[in-house]
Amino acid sequence: MSANELPLTDGAAAAPLHTSIHGDGPGGEDHAGEGVWGRAWRTLRKNPVAITGFIIVAAFVLVALFAPWLAPYGPHELPGRDEVRPTMIPGPSAEYPLGLDRYGGDVLSKLIWGARASLLVGVLSTLFGLAGGMALGLLAGWFGKWVDFGAMRLVDLMLSVPSLLLAVSIAAIAGQSSMSVIVAIGVVQIPIFARLLRGSMLAQRGQDYVLAASALGLSRRSVTMSHVLPNSVGPVIVQATLTLATAVIEAAALSFLGLGGGEPSTAEWGRMLTAAQQELAVAPRLAILPGICIAVTALGFTLVGESLREALDPRNRTRR
Amino acid sequence: MIRLIVQRLLLLIPLLLGLSVLLFAWVRALPGGPATALLGERATPEAIARINTLYGFDQPLYIQYFKYLTRLLQGDFGVSTRTARPVLDEFITRFPATIELTVVALIIAIGIGIPLGYVAARRAGSIIDHSSVVVSLIGVTVPVFFLAFILKYVFAVELGWFPSTGRQDPTINATHPTNFYVLDGILTGEWDAAWDALMHLVLPGIALGTIPLAIVARMTRAAVSEVQNADYVRTARAKGIKPARLRGDHILKNSMLPVLTTIGLQVGLLLSGAVLTETVFAFAGIGSFLAEAVFNADYPVMQGFVLLIAVVYALVNLFVDVSYGLIDPRLRRQQ
Repeated sequence: MSANELPLTDGAAAAPLHTSIHGDGPGGEDHAGEGVWGRAWRTLRKNPVAITGFIIVAAFVLVALFAPWLAPYGPHELPGRDEVRPTMIPGPSAEYPLGLDRYGGDVLSKLIWGARASLLVGVLSTLFGLAGGMALGLLAGWFGKWVDFGAMRLVDLMLSVPSLLLAVSIAAIAGQSSMSVIVAIGVVQIPIFARLLRGSMLAQRGQDYVLAASALGLSRRSVTMSHVLPNSVGPVIVQATLTLATAVIEAAALSFLGLGGGEPSTAEWGRMLTAAQQELAVAPRLAILPGICIAVTALGFTLVGESLREALDPRNRTRR
Repeated sequence: MIRLIVQRLLLLIPLLLGLSVLLFAWVRALPGGPATALLGERATPEAIARINTLYGFDQPLYIQYFKYLTRLLQGDFGVSTRTARPVLDEFITRFPATIELTVVALIIAIGIGIPLGYVAARRAGSIIDHSSVVVSLIGVTVPVFFLAFILKYVFAVELGWFPSTGRQDPTINATHPTNFYVLDGILTGEWDAAWDALMHLVLPGIALGTIPLAIVARMTRAAVSEVQNADYVRTARAKGIKPARLRGDHILKNSMLPVLTTIGLQVGLLLSGAVLTETVFAFAGIGSFLAEAVFNADYPVMQGFVLLIAVVYALVNLFVDVSYGLIDPRLRRQQ
């Protein structure tokens, strides 16, 4: 999954991206001088897969943002506490459309607040991983030589431990909190982003336009920052979109393993799924509903990421 | 070939040294200090004093690290704070269970993934192609433990087709010379014991195998679509080669290289997934033991298991690299 997947492999595809990022490419109906991103956007707009993904993600983000207005009850409220018996968990009713859970929480409200929790973990951990990975990748791609060697050995080291185990080990140091889950998932993503960016930058470095820029007397910093870097971020952005999906799933896995702190009745999808394990035979909906929420959210991000990858791939470009 | 294996084994040494440094630092970063972390919350002051002298926690860091490294090389990975047994013993007793489970998961992933991906590529746009896309999406979007829940609920709790937990029915009094329960049953001729152990592997195997299945199918589809349009395939077809040979020798064999790499990388995913799957099915392998260690803050087990699992992962990928030569004669010559 390395060099052969980098979308920008020919100089012709690479050069216009730079112009479009600075907004000085020719616009209008004539797409001749259009950049990689503009082209990608036009492809995406016509792709039903991408549209489905966008709709799912938009719905998820809206629910997360407007949770206080959408949810009938607060995230910590247990309105049905007195109605729940260990042997009897009330199912859907007019008052609780999706029923109650074993703690007496309203399942619908918890799912809505759970969207907020998942979005927060997903976005923050991905940003963390992206920032760390970009920094490491940039360092390696910029200095080369022994810095590159050191950074890549660190990456190898992190990738030598299966991702969940790495996340669990980090969460154990960081303590029991949702912040520690964010850091743990974020750190696990660092090597992936670092390797991608470095590979992508190396592929750009030999391009003619980079040589031309250096020959024109541009300093190494401006060549790297305004030419090599902008043209190398394509695969990183695709990866970040796909990472949002894995982050939501991994967060659920960490809470399943009892990491993340807080009350067991917390309105968080992974925690709800864990709590439902005991009632699988009595009330399977308690496991199925949060599970579907996780899967659909992950599906949304995956569809967007995959169609973005396709749209940025020059091999899929068609002549008009 | 042998030179390559030795070379790759030598490269393992710096990796493991680096990992040991990280894990050494990890224990020191744990809340409560290393002695409490290694002995557990309820350790007596005497016990803490004893481990402080034994592990040299009062000495400079580099001496501590060398003591740690020496113990590792002697096979001493510490003692579980929960079971009070050596970590290495716990690993060795439980590892066969996880190997059995991952082998079943891999058989499912490869046995269905490669044919599915192949047919999807050969008949692009067909129903099989579309269903392969759906399988791929399920594989990357459904959390493995949720899948395990659903399988357990439907096929064990509701339908009762398969056992829901454990490795073998406890009423079967089988002997276990190797701890590979299926193999044990075959070796000792206790066929019902082997069959029962196999039935216990079905649901966890499917749960664990689905994600790799999705990835293998996708990778195969991509590789086959590329290879089937290659010039040499067209030439072979024009030469009038038998269709079976064209499919086998020309298309399938040439598209297996990226698929093989992917399979090697899946082993890490399988070992991660085993932690979750084994927990759901109360399957006594290294995964469920590690999950219990996490629950109980059993740090020596976490430290030792992470290192041992990394060794296993590295060895599997070494094996995959070496097997490239078996598939691709060009690589054999380079080696």
